[in-house]
Amino acid sequence: MSEFEKLAEAVFAGDDDQAQEITRKLIDGGASPMEIVNKGLLAGMDIVAPKFKAGEMFIPEVMMSAKALSEGMKLVKPLLSAADAAGMATFVMGTVKGDLHDIGKNLVVMILESSGFNVVDLGVDVAPEQFVAAIKEHKPLIVGMCALLTTTMMAMKDTIDCITAAGLRDSVRILIGGAPLYPEFAEKIGADGYCVDAVACKEMAASFIPAKIRN
Amino acid sequence: MLIVGELINTSRKAVNEAVDNKNARYIQQVALEQVEAGANYVDVNCGNKVFDEVETMKWMVNTIQEAVHVPLCIDSPNPQALAAGLELVKFGTPMINSITDEAARFEAVIPLVQKYKAKIVALCMDDRGMPDTAADRLRVVASLHAKFMAAGVNDDDIYFDPLIKPVSSVGTAGVEVLETIRQVKEQYPGVHFMCGLSNVSYGLPNRKYLNRLFVAQTMTVGMDGYILNPTDRGMMGLIYAAKTLLGQDEYCMGYIKAHRKGFYPE
Repeated sequence: MSEFEKLAEAVFAGDDDQAQEITRKLIDGGASPMEIVNKGLLAGMDIVAPKFKAGEMFIPEVMMSAKALSEGMKLVKPLLSAADAAGMATFVMGTVKGDLHDIGKNLVVMILESSGFNVVDLGVDVAPEQFVAAIKEHKPLIVGMCALLTTTMMAMKDTIDCITAAGLRDSVRILIGGAPLYPEFAEKIGADGYCVDAVACKEMAASFIPAKIRN
Repeated sequence: MLIVGELINTSRKAVNEAVDNKNARYIQQVALEQVEAGANYVDVNCGNKVFDEVETMKWMVNTIQEAVHVPLCIDSPNPQALAAGLELVKFGTPMINSITDEAARFEAVIPLVQKYKAKIVALCMDDRGMPDTAADRLRVVASLHAKFMAAGVNDDDIYFDPLIKPVSSVGTAGVEVLETIRQVKEQYPGVHFMCGLSNVSYGLPNRKYLNRLFVAQTMTVGMDGYILNPTDRGMMGLIYAAKTLLGQDEYCMGYIKAHRKGFYPE
């Protein structure tokens, strides 16, 4: 087993000490930082995601894997070149106005970060204008919105309308998720997709990345 | 112990279809099954019908009351939908699900509690957000309780929902709820509790075992109301058994009856 495979294995096993140690060994051995990320850290998460989706792994295990990944990432990130870092797609994420739920949103943020996205987390109770301001500032590829209440579902429509009014609708893809939502609702309010869970969100987000950035 | 039957909710696929097709018989059958299985209240929730929730609520309340004569729990975060449902409730004391200590929501819902002398489910959250610790929840309970007293709401009509989060994401979610119940019980002995159960086990395997065990654990510290699926015989059998062990079942008759009805197959 190569060191990269061992690193992926440590992430998969949620062993943060191992993940740190192997990452450090690879750095000291002169491996390219981008390879450490792609062939080691993210490769580990690529084992986790489908198992989670299939019901073979569970949320606490995914959290442990994400922790292991982020410990390794902390060591590699300062070594990534500006060009490498710029290649990461930006994802702006928030729970919509009037809604204070954060567990599902945090899970999505964690999964996206551990899949190589540069995530800007706006937190909860995020007003349409805040989404617009974040799009202007961070120029994301994708905007994600979360709502857990039937009363705040319509805040998603308000946000999309606000993004459209600001002339920014065509510059981003918009994904929505949350317990009371359903695919037709996404269509009805003009979103680009409905995500049933965090892994679905990651997969849909990844499908929006243009091929030249993807590799 | 108060059991609110949770099955009439348009976030469930079969109910959603029945409502879309105005299939009254299906809705009535679900209401009847829940009452026969021991539900004291029947919950009515069509919150995901955001484009016509008020009209849907009216149809559902009328439809259910043609089949069962039990009080209803009108369930929506939307005050207009609550008002529309409450206006039509014919049997017993209605329950409102729910109010919070978020300023706008409290102001909108409290007049309905007063007008219909309704029982009220109060979620332990405020404008600061979802609670993490027992202390967060106790702060909201103190604030809400004072406002309820000022509004003339009796302790006996108040059902605090501690808000249960998944232990898979927040490891202490369960114990914080148990500690909340214990402290609320101590400080406000006259109030009641209400909670759903499925959240606690979200993201973990074999959820029904965790849910059932959590019923027993919360009952032990004083929980006395659940919104659940009363046709789940495993869950209901466990509740009857827990009541017996906690001295809430005179001569153990509830338990013995459940036994004779075949609630304990092994």
